[in-house]
This record gives sequence, structure tokens and C-alpha cells, in this order.
Amino acid sequence: MFSYYLKIAWISILRHWGLSLLMICAIGLGIGAAMTTVTVNYLMSANPIPHKSEQLYYVQLDSWDVNDPFDEGKNPPDQMTYTDATNLWKAKKAFRQSVNAQTYAVIEPNDPDLLPIIADGRANTADFFAMFDVPFIYGGGWTEQADINKELVVVINKETNDKVFGGKDSVGETLKIDGDMFKVVGVINTWEPKPRFYDVTTGAFNKSADIFVPFSLIAEEKVRRSGNTNCWKPSGDGLAAFLAGECVWTQLWVELKTEQDKQEYLTFLNAYVEEQKQYGRFLRPLDNRLSNVMQWLENQEVVADDAKMMMAMSFMFLVVCLLNTVGLLLAKFLGKAPEIGLRQALGASKTTLFSQYMIESACIGLAGGILGLILAYLGLKGVESLYGDTMQGLATLDVSMTALAIILSLVSTILAGLYPTWRACNIQPAQQLKSQ
Amino acid sequence: MLESGIIIRALMRNKIGALLIALQIALTMTIMVNAIFMIQDRQQQMQRESGIDEKNTFYLTNTVFAQDYNIQVEMQADLNLIRKMPGVVDAIQINAIPLSGGGWSMALQHEPGDDKDTVSSALYMVDDHGINTLGVELIAGVNFTPNDIQWRASGQSTWPDKTIITKAFAKSLYPDDWQSALGKTFYISQNQPMQIVGVMKNLQAPWNGWSGVERSMLVPFQMESQGSKYLIRTEAGRRDELMPIIEKALAERIKGRLIRRVTTIEDTRKKSYRQHNATNKILTTVVSTLTLITGFGIVGLALFSINRRTKQIGTRRALGATKWQIMRYFMVENFIISTFGVIFGCIGAIALNMWLATTFNLTPINIELIIIGAITLFIVGQLAVLYPARKASLISPATATRTI
Repeated sequence: MFSYYLKIAWISILRHWGLSLLMICAIGLGIGAAMTTVTVNYLMSANPIPHKSEQLYYVQLDSWDVNDPFDEGKNPPDQMTYTDATNLWKAKKAFRQSVNAQTYAVIEPNDPDLLPIIADGRANTADFFAMFDVPFIYGGGWTEQADINKELVVVINKETNDKVFGGKDSVGETLKIDGDMFKVVGVINTWEPKPRFYDVTTGAFNKSADIFVPFSLIAEEKVRRSGNTNCWKPSGDGLAAFLAGECVWTQLWVELKTEQDKQEYLTFLNAYVEEQKQYGRFLRPLDNRLSNVMQWLENQEVVADDAKMMMAMSFMFLVVCLLNTVGLLLAKFLGKAPEIGLRQALGASKTTLFSQYMIESACIGLAGGILGLILAYLGLKGVESLYGDTMQGLATLDVSMTALAIILSLVSTILAGLYPTWRACNIQPAQQLKSQ
Repeated sequence: MLESGIIIRALMRNKIGALLIALQIALTMTIMVNAIFMIQDRQQQMQRESGIDEKNTFYLTNTVFAQDYNIQVEMQADLNLIRKMPGVVDAIQINAIPLSGGGWSMALQHEPGDDKDTVSSALYMVDDHGINTLGVELIAGVNFTPNDIQWRASGQSTWPDKTIITKAFAKSLYPDDWQSALGKTFYISQNQPMQIVGVMKNLQAPWNGWSGVERSMLVPFQMESQGSKYLIRTEAGRRDELMPIIEKALAERIKGRLIRRVTTIEDTRKKSYRQHNATNKILTTVVSTLTLITGFGIVGLALFSINRRTKQIGTRRALGATKWQIMRYFMVENFIISTFGVIFGCIGAIALNMWLATTFNLTPINIELIIIGAITLFIVGQLAVLYPARKASLISPATATRTI
């Protein structure tokens, strides 16, 4: 029976090909627009580290100016002072903890034929690699001892390893960074979490770092700081005064296994701030926060307003397309009133008519969905070319998005087909036959 | 119109069809008006002038990595080299580039102390060539003199005692009379005095999304740091030709540093407003396809309703209705439906705007846009119904005598 209905649907679609095409285009465009924006939102709000995003927490302390609170008092500063970050790191109250900050450096390859390169770097403590499951090809991270002893060690990414060492296992080699000889301890594989959750303050969709060096080297002036710095109180001259001052530029992540660990860590943070208050710091009311990965991304509004706004608009667009389809289906089915009347008089039940017209709607929906997928693919290409590198890797259709597009188009056309079908099934056969 | 009563009664017999078109028009108008509003808002932002000679200016970064490198001497030599090149108007070392998104801001206050109200401003460190290289217009006061220029060590916390500020900044410091700003003193870093020696017409801060984007200031500093930027202004039309020449000349002059990211201000502007530009293009596409779909929807539905009424139309023609009267019937019908659609569209447009305004901090929409949207949709409706109505008018009166 099903294949017979399909055949009838096919004949009916072909007979009114202009109208069918119009409906397919309308659904296709609606689905295409909706899927393009949904995909961008979906990828922007993706969980970059699903298996442990609930255990990684970003730490915020409100060390800001009592007269002019950070973010008008709504949120504590988005980064941490050097003093607090190093104190909390040394306290080792969490299962793992990593202080990190953005840096940059000039690498002079050992091969004199190669030109020096400017590398984006990250200065971090040893736990960084284990906390964030950074994938290594060769070697591994450094030990905590290296952080404490301020050893000149470096972890480089695959790209840099290919450029400087021709892709070989470079563990144990030395690399000249900003004039100092660093020892390579590890090479990591391509690691581009999207969003780049571990540092959203300098662009949530930027590239990951090329090189990783111990955080303690910043104070030694072995690596240069970059990234955002925000101060509320003038500090004195020189690096030492800057580090001791009230400038936020470091980021502290901790790994806490259970909810209880989290509560204990928060208690510890509050106690720490109370203790610091004795030194005349932290004049604002207690506002220390622990946000897990997804909470932190939400708090930092990683999904752009524009993207959300366009998603809202494109769903309204889809609704217009569906209204269009409802109208056209209604016109089409009612146009068949004489035929329906005849079939009913010959004994077709309402169920039969209902399933036949629903199948016809679904066929149009499926065709529209496929067209929508093609348009969404083109739409994403367009988005990618319009936004340039900020959207790299954010504009791809994966299996779940493809499935969603097909389901969305089927469900929406079936919904759109319900009312017209219902009207068609309720046609009075007597009246139709009379006028024939 | 005489027929409207009849048309409305006829419409009531097929409420759903008419309602669907009206709803489509309403939603289209809701989206169209808000999208155009957003496009206009972005276009206005993109049209603001940065204040610098954008067409003829570019910059590059200079990163020192050698240990034995005299930064002060070499920087001066670099600038001398560039300034002497034929075709170059002027060049400076600068800490931040307008429109680039990265820079410095400082809080400034009328009185010293750590609990006073402050105004934030972007800060550019330049020497006495700053005004000329940026191409900004000094509308009051004087430029820095070579004697004003100080070296700033990395991490230094003291500031020079002179500054040149933008008119917009002067206005926010002295709202009553911006011209009175000249010669006044304000405080930087809570307690260091700075005197306003000049006021420039405009110079944007590096952050185009910042509400204080028009507030910026120049301070007479040259930076002794390993990473710095050179901003170079050329004679009209010679920028592209000079870019590689200057890059090469600098790279060859001395080793131990890297010249990178040779970028024009035009590219920086493009990159800076890329998101605005992209959003605008997407919104334009959405609005135009949406209007098309609604238009075709009207065509499709009108054709069908005409097909169903072939016999009636034939009868009317047989009874003496002219072709024009038949056409008019469908056009008036569409006008009535559009009116309902547009009324709901106005409500929808305002409601959506209110939601956008609260959720995304947009400004309220202006009424002209709603009127323009309404007129556009009336026109779209009439255009869409034109072909079906014409087709209806061509139905032969003889149809009345036939059965289907």
C-alpha cells in the first residue's frame, strides 16, 4: 500500500510541478537558513572537553577596587593577580591546579638556513597538560619541580616541530627562544579545542598556542607576557612591582573530582581571601567563584549575540516558509476536492485518504530537507568566507546536524500538512459529486 | 470601494487561506523591519571616521630578539631611514593602531585621589611626528615639541605631563564648554598631573565596539621595548608600492629583530568590521529571500483560488464585468489581506524589537522604518497578485456556459 501511495504522491507532485517546486524551495530555504544558524550556534556552544568539563573549574576572586567594582559589581574580575594565582597554586588544595597566561616569543631555529619565527605561547604550570588532556606525540609535560626550579623547558606543537625540527622526535633537543636555550621535553599533536575554553579572554575561537613554557619563567623575564592586562591601582616601576601589584592577567584552573571537593575548595578560597584582607587587600565583599567549563563559557558569553539573533531570525524565516507551505498544500488539496469526493464515494476511508496525503506532504518535506541541506552547506561556506579565520572549523555540518536537518524538515512539513490533509479528508462527497 | 463588502464576504468563506497570507505578510514585515534596522545600525557604525589618513597609512611590527641590541638607537635609526625615503610623508613608533582591537586605556580624573570619578580614554604613545603621521587635525593648542618626548622603560609607571586629546574626550571632561579644556590639568594613575596642550578633531580608540570609541589621547612617549609597531604614512597612492620597499629596507638595515605583519589600515578596518559586514550580508540575504518567498506564496495561492473560481469569473464576465473589474477584484482582495497582515506586522515588529532591545541591548526602532516596511509589503503584494489577476481577467465569458 505504501508504495502505491508513494506512486500517487509522485504523480500528484509532478502534475502540479510548479506548485510542488515552490513548496520544496520554500521548505529548502527555510531549513537551509535555520540549519546554517543552528550549526554556527551549536559549534560555538559546543563542549570542548565533554568527559571532564564538570570537573574543571575556573577560579575568580574579587580583588577589585572598592570604589569602582569590576563589571559594576556583577562579576568578579575575569582574570587573577599574579600574587593570588601563585599563592593558590602553591597551596595545592585542589586535585590539580594550573596557572596560565598568554606569551609570545621569537624562536631561532638551530638550522642557520631557517628564518626566526614568532610563536604564540602559553606560560603554564605542569598540571596544565594532564588537566586538559593535551595529546602528546613525543615526550610529555614537565614536572612540578621544573616549575619550582624555573627550568628552561618547552613543549612545542606539531606545526612548530615540523617547521624547526622537520617533524622528527625532538625530545631532548635544544631550542633557542628569545635568546635562551630551552630543552624540548614534549611535542603535542594538533590540539585546537573549540571554543578555546582554557583562555577565552583573548578570543574564544583563536588558535591554540605554538609553544608551552613554565609559568615561573615570566617573573624571570625569560618569556614575554602578552594577552590582556587590567589594573585598578597603579603599581610601581619595574616587573617586580608590577607582579606584586593589583593587576589581573593570569588565569587559574583547578580540577576537583566531586561536588564535596568543590565545596571544600570554595571554603578554602574564602578563608584565603579573609586572610588577605588582613594585609589590606580584598576590600570588596566576599565574591569568589568556581565555574565549570560550560558555566565559564556561558558567563563569558562565548556565543556571539549576533549568532543568537540570527538564529532567532532564521527560525522566524522557517515559520514563514512553513506558513507558505500550509497555504499552498491547502490550495492543492482543496483543488482536488472532486477527486477526493469520487474516491470517498468509491469506498476510500478517511484513514486511507489521510495517510495518502500525509505521504505526499512528507515527500515534499524530504525533498525540501535535502535541498535545505545543500543550501545549509552553501550557507556555511558563505559564513566561513564572510567571517574569515574567526569561523575556521565552526562552519561544518556533522552527522547529528545532517540528521537534525532531515528530521526538522520532515516534522515541519508533516505539521504543515496536517491541517490541509484534515480539510481534504472532511470534504463532503455528495456535494462534490453533484457539481461534476 | 464598492466591491470591498462583497470581497470581504467572499474572503470569509475561505478564512484560512486569507489568514495564512496575512500571517506570512505579518511575519515577513516583523523580520524585514528589524533586520533593516539592524543593518542600518551597523552601517552607521561602519561609516564613523577613524580620524587618520586610512588610505595612505600602513603599519608593521618590529620584534627584537637579539640580546645585544640598542633599542633606543636602532629605533631612531629605523625612523630616520623611513622618514627620509621618497614618497613617505612621515613615520612614528606607536603602541596601538586605531581600529585594530588591541591597545591601552587609562582612567583619568579631575582631581587626584583613589576614590574620585574617572573617565576612560584610549592612549596612544607617539612623538612630535604623531599628528602628522596619523593625519589628525589639531583644532586647538599646539603639537608636542621634540623636547617633550620622553623614553618610556618597559613597566614604567610615571607619565609625561603633557597630552593632546580628542574633542569628544574634551567634551566628556568638560561637558559645558569643550574649548575650556585647553590648558587644563587632569590626573592619570590617580595622582599624576597631565596638562592638555592640544585638542584634535577626532581619533578613534582601537576598539570599535566600545561606547567611548571617540575618546583618545596622545602622550609624548617613545617606548623602549622589544616589541613595537611603526606606523607609516605615504603620499597619496604610493602606499602599496612602498610597503615591500620599506619592509625590505628595515630587514636589511640590522639583524637581531623581525619585521612582521605589514598591514594596511584599510585591511585593519575590513577585519575590524568583518563581523558587522558579514551580519549585514546575511541579513540582507534573509530579507530578500523572505520577501521573494512571500511574494511567490501570494502568486501560488492566488492562482489556485482563481483556478477554483474559473466558472464564477466566467459568469461575472458573461454578466458584463470588464477585464479591469476582474483584475481589480483580486487586487483589492490582496490589498485587504495585506492590510491585516501589515497591522499585525507592525505589532510584531515592535514586539520583536522590544525583545531584541532587552535581550541584546539594541536601541528602539524608529517609526519611519515601520512605515517603509508597510509600504514595501503593500507593493510586494500588489506586484505578486498582478500576474494571477491578469490571468483571471483573460478567462473567457464562455466558460460560464461550460461545466468543468
